[in-house]
Amino acid sequence: MSSVTEFPVEELDDALEGSIGDYKSNSLWRLTLRRLFRQRSAVVGGIMIATLILVAIFADLIAPYDPLEDFIGVENVERRQGPCIHLLDCPEDHPQHIMGTDGNVRDEFSRVIHGTRRSLLVGFVTVGIAIVFGSILGAVAGYMGGWVDNSIMRVLDVVLAFPFLILAIAIVQVLGPGLYKAMLAIAIVSIPAYARVIRSSVLSVREQSYVEASRALGASNIQILRGRILPNALPPLIVIATLGIATAILETAALSFLGLGAQPPEPEWGAMLGTERQQLFSAPHLVFFPGIAIMITVLAFNLLGDGLRDALDPRLAHAGVKSE
Amino acid sequence: MIQYGIRRFVAAIPVVLGVLLVVFFLARAIPGDPCTSLLGEKATPEICAQFIADKGLDRPVPIQFLIYLQDVAQGDLGESLQFGRPVTEVLGERLPLTVELSLMALTIAIVVAIPLGILAAVRRNSAADVVTMVGANIGVSMPVFWLGLMLAFLFAIVLKDTPFALPPSGRLSAGILPVPFYEVYGWEIGETGVLSFLLTFISNMFIVNSILTLDSETLVDAFRHMILPALALSTISMAIMARMTRSSMLEVLGQDYVRTAKAKGLRQNKVVLKHAFRNALIPVVTVAGLQLGLILSGAVLTETIFGLSGVGRTVFQGITARDYPIIQGFVLFIAVGYVAINLLVDLSYGFLDPRIRLD
Repeated sequence: MSSVTEFPVEELDDALEGSIGDYKSNSLWRLTLRRLFRQRSAVVGGIMIATLILVAIFADLIAPYDPLEDFIGVENVERRQGPCIHLLDCPEDHPQHIMGTDGNVRDEFSRVIHGTRRSLLVGFVTVGIAIVFGSILGAVAGYMGGWVDNSIMRVLDVVLAFPFLILAIAIVQVLGPGLYKAMLAIAIVSIPAYARVIRSSVLSVREQSYVEASRALGASNIQILRGRILPNALPPLIVIATLGIATAILETAALSFLGLGAQPPEPEWGAMLGTERQQLFSAPHLVFFPGIAIMITVLAFNLLGDGLRDALDPRLAHAGVKSE
Repeated sequence: MIQYGIRRFVAAIPVVLGVLLVVFFLARAIPGDPCTSLLGEKATPEICAQFIADKGLDRPVPIQFLIYLQDVAQGDLGESLQFGRPVTEVLGERLPLTVELSLMALTIAIVVAIPLGILAAVRRNSAADVVTMVGANIGVSMPVFWLGLMLAFLFAIVLKDTPFALPPSGRLSAGILPVPFYEVYGWEIGETGVLSFLLTFISNMFIVNSILTLDSETLVDAFRHMILPALALSTISMAIMARMTRSSMLEVLGQDYVRTAKAKGLRQNKVVLKHAFRNALIPVVTVAGLQLGLILSGAVLTETIFGLSGVGRTVFQGITARDYPIIQGFVLFIAVGYVAINLLVDLSYGFLDPRIRLD
């Protein structure tokens, strides 16, 4: 007992006060956010994504024309005409089409702008579906262990042994072509990646003493999974989800390019590129602009994902390894 | 090590069987039947009934699967519905192209990515580092199909009359007919059998074949046709590997033994290449192995753009034409290849780092 009273309580209080003060301002999320803002790539990626979201929301205001409106028979407008920008010496009496017109004499710029909506939708929805199913499968596999784990993981191994795009093509063929079906196909093919991340987080946390303590206090399996295990699995999940959005946009565009995703006349970048690819040599702008749009969008999510990884993984921060 | 290899091989069998099972049922779940998609308007109900019965497609699917497994075990992958030829024959014709293309892409990726990754790590935060990493980020975000088209435009149109012009499609220029090396050497190969398959396979890798026959004209032509597709295909892998090399090198360069090596007065080059690089290689090799799946996915797109009849394009066409034997046979080969590459990667760990024991 005496040793307790001898302990310099005031000093301890002082020390604690400091750390508690720090603790408040340094909650995990705030700390992460602060680290995130220090990552140049994350900031650039974030700004790009914010801009893309704004473009998607205000597409109707930004796009000068309706993406489906054609200008067949309009004076001085030709099919697959190159960009006409008044500031760059395009005659004033020609209507301005800053990215030219496509094979159906529609304004390419308006179509590219409207394509933003589809690509962002594709990214978020596809990854959303994959996360929900992947998390459930991964959590169940990791938490239950034994034959349940074994059978779930073997099935996922089979999915992983396929080249990503070939399996997605087969699934779309079963479901039938269309943007939403292509998204579903990409989501199904992405599930194993998320299931694996969640499973490994569950495995690493499952035996921790605070989980055992919860169990001893009578928490149910579901409560432990939701309250103790999933929050710990969240950081890696956020990172791969952000990078996953990039992949999903890229792969869905590839399916559309092959004619299996979005169908004409829908303004989807992959499909726009696919329908005009035979005209590459006569109208390169119709291949160039949608491709650049895909690249910028994918790049934005890749940059943010990289920054998030560095910010959320303290091990990397301490090792001084940054994959900017 | 051999024991480990055998155990891994045995463990891979269920995965390959699973892949076959999924492909088999997935292919048959695709709406429409092979008869209508192959014969089009000529497909009357009578002809189709006959066709379906001839190909044994009227039996219950599980029975078909068992028969197929039996055939595969005997090395018979069935007959293609589109081409009316054995799948192994089609595979022997088209797989070599994809193998050649993938190897060339992987080589380009490795040759460019590893030195850049090392440079970026050694000169961290320098201009070289920033440029490499920005380039890697852009590379990994680029759609393969778009890059392929842009490269074709640049090298076939913009640089048309310069020495840098490259053909935008096909495998060889018109008029160039490679002679299989076994004919040049006057070897007799049978119609069937493993040896015949192997020799045909090698002779269909035009670059390898022209080296074997010392045919420089075909070699240059085949090589020039392969540059653009390989370049397009390599970009993503290149970007991923450059980043991996950089972060792996950074981690190793911070280790005590590297400092010791520097303190001993060893030259920078020696420290980096001899002490650090070898230990930084393991994650890089892992990533390189994983690229195969990515490259095969990319091959579907690259082959479509550059008009090459390789594995990727054939599977895609097979899926569209409901050519079940082609889909099954090709995907089986891809899955086996994938498993084999992963095994090779794991076996290489022991070689790269003798501390790693595989058992």
